[in-house]
Amino acid sequence: MAATEGATATAQAAAEAAGAATTDAPSDLGEPTVIADGVHVVYRVRGAAGRSGGGGPAALMRALTRRKGGGGGGAREVHAVKGVSFVARRGEAIGVIGSNGSGKSTLLRAVAGLIPPERGQVYTSGQPSLLGVNAALMNELPGERNVVLGCLAMGMTPAEVRERYDDIVDFSGINDKGDFISLPMRTYSSGMAARLRFAIAAARDHDVLLIDEALATGDRAFRKRSEKRIKELREKAGTVFLVSHSNKTIRDTCDRALWMERGELIMDGTAAEVVDAYEEANGD
Amino acid sequence: MSSSPSSARAAAPADADPVPDAPRAPEAAGLAELAARHGLAPSGKRPPLGRYLTALWRHRHFVDAFARARASAKYSKANLGRLWEVGTPLLNAAVYYLIFGLLLQTDRGVEDFIPFLVTGVFVFTFTQQTVLAGVRAISGNLGLIRALHFPRAALPISLALVQMRQMLVTMGVLLVIVMATGQVPQWNWLLAVPVLLLQSLFNTGLALVFARAGAKVSDLAQLMPFVLRTWMYASGVMYSISVMAASAPAPVRFILDVNPAAVYIDLMRFSLIESFTASEMPPHAWWLAAGWAVAVLIGGFVYFWKAEESYGRD
Repeated sequence: MAATEGATATAQAAAEAAGAATTDAPSDLGEPTVIADGVHVVYRVRGAAGRSGGGGPAALMRALTRRKGGGGGGAREVHAVKGVSFVARRGEAIGVIGSNGSGKSTLLRAVAGLIPPERGQVYTSGQPSLLGVNAALMNELPGERNVVLGCLAMGMTPAEVRERYDDIVDFSGINDKGDFISLPMRTYSSGMAARLRFAIAAARDHDVLLIDEALATGDRAFRKRSEKRIKELREKAGTVFLVSHSNKTIRDTCDRALWMERGELIMDGTAAEVVDAYEEANGD
Repeated sequence: MSSSPSSARAAAPADADPVPDAPRAPEAAGLAELAARHGLAPSGKRPPLGRYLTALWRHRHFVDAFARARASAKYSKANLGRLWEVGTPLLNAAVYYLIFGLLLQTDRGVEDFIPFLVTGVFVFTFTQQTVLAGVRAISGNLGLIRALHFPRAALPISLALVQMRQMLVTMGVLLVIVMATGQVPQWNWLLAVPVLLLQSLFNTGLALVFARAGAKVSDLAQLMPFVLRTWMYASGVMYSISVMAASAPAPVRFILDVNPAAVYIDLMRFSLIESFTASEMPPHAWWLAAGWAVAVLIGGFVYFWKAEESYGRD
C-alpha cells in the first residue's frame, strides 16, 4: 500500500483530501493553517565532489573551471521533496515520519519559508517557526541572554520577557543541576542547548510550530513537559508539526501523521494508522 | 489566476466532494483556491516596505538588546574586558602616529598633525568597523535567522549600533588627545554632534548594503579588508588632500572631494581643530555629508529589504 498516491492511501486520508477541495470545510475540521500544493524542493549543491579536498590552488582551479563551464559543471541537484500536497488545520498535531534522508526536514524548511519551492507553493497563515536541533542561537552568550534575545526577536516586549523569563528557565530544566543559565551556551551539552531553544520558542503561542527532532535530545521529564506544551499550543488553535524517529512520541503527541519516503508523501492519515503501516513496512 | 485552473475546476461537479481518485490537477487548483479563501499567504514572502518598517519598529528592543549582547561578548574572553573599548582606539592612534608621523612624515603642510591624524584614524575606523560588521551580519547569525522570525534588517542595524556606541567612547579618547595636544575646548566642538549623527546614518546604510552583499557572496568577508584599506589611503586619513592633491587633474580632485569618508573626516577636523579651516574642506561639505547619509541609508535599506526572503536560505 505504501507506493501510490498519498491522498488515496487510506479512507481517512481520502476524507482529508475531500475536505481540502470543498468550499466549506466540515465543521469538525479547523481552519487551514498550512497548505502544501504540489511542493517540489530541489537543492543545488555546489562543489559536491570533495569541496574541502586540496588546498588553495585546487580551490582556484575549481573556481576557474566552474566559470568556464557556465555553471553547469560544479552544481549537483538533489530533488529532496517531490510533489507533496496536504492541508493542515488549526488544532492539529502532525507527525512526520520516514527513514533518514526521506525529505522530512526539507519539507519543514519549505513550510517555514526557508527554502523556496522549485515548483508548487506552500501557503501559511502567519509566520511558521521552525525549531531544529542545529538551530544554534548565540553560543558565546550566556543562556539567560539567549532567553531574553530570543524572546525579543520573537517580538515580545521587555515587560513580557520579564514576566515569562522564570517559566522559560524552569521549563528548560537548565538550572536543575546548578546555575547553568549564566554560563555561555557553548558550554552546554547538545541536550541542554536543544531544551533551552525549545523552551524559548514554546514561550510564545504560534500559529504554526515546526519541531524537527528537538525533543529527541531531552530527558524523560523534559519530554513530558514538552508534550504537555504541544497539547496547550494545539488547544490555542495552533498547528504543530513534529519530525521524530520515535514512533512512540508520534503516537503520544500527534493525531495525524505524514509518511515521507524518497521525497514523496506516501501516506497521510491518523497517527496510529500511519505509524502502524510504517512499522509494518520496516519489519518492527 | 490563469484560465486553466478555473476550467479544470468547472469540469469537476461544483462544490461536491470530488471522488478520491480524481485526477491531480483539479485538486491542486482547489488547494490554491482554498489558500486564497482562508487568507493564507505563500510562505517566506517578503512583506511590503511599510509593514516591514512597522515590524522593525516593533523589534527595536531586540535591536538594542542584541547590540548590548554583542558589545559585551566581544571582549568577554580578554582579561581587561571592556577596557579595550578605550585601549583599541588608543593603540590604533599610537601605531598610525609611529608610522605616518615619525617614520614617513606625511605631516607636510599640516599644522597640529597629531590631532589631524588621530581624528582621521578614528572617524575612518568607525565606518570601516561598521562595514566589516555588516558583511557578517547575516552570514554570522544564520542560526538565529533560521530559528526565529524577525525583520532581518534588525541585525545589520544592531551591529551598526554597536559601532555607534563604541564611537562615543572613542570620541572621549579623541577629545582627551585633542586637548592634550594644545587645543582648547570651544563652542565649535558641538559641530561634532551633527557630524557623528550624519556619519552614523551613512554607516547604517552601508552596513545594510554589505549585509546583503555578504550574505550572497561569502568571499566578500575576505575581500573587504583590502577594499577598506584602499579606501582609507584615498581618504586623506594621514595626509591632507588639499595639500597632496593641489595639482591633481580636476576629475581626480572631484572624486577625492566627494568621497564620503573624506567629507566626514574633514568635517570632524573642522569641528575640533582650530588650525583646520573651512578652506581645507571640500566645497559644500555639509551638504555632501547630509546627502550621502540620506541617500545611502534609504538606498541601503531598500536594497536590503528587496532580498529579505532569501536570508538564511542555502
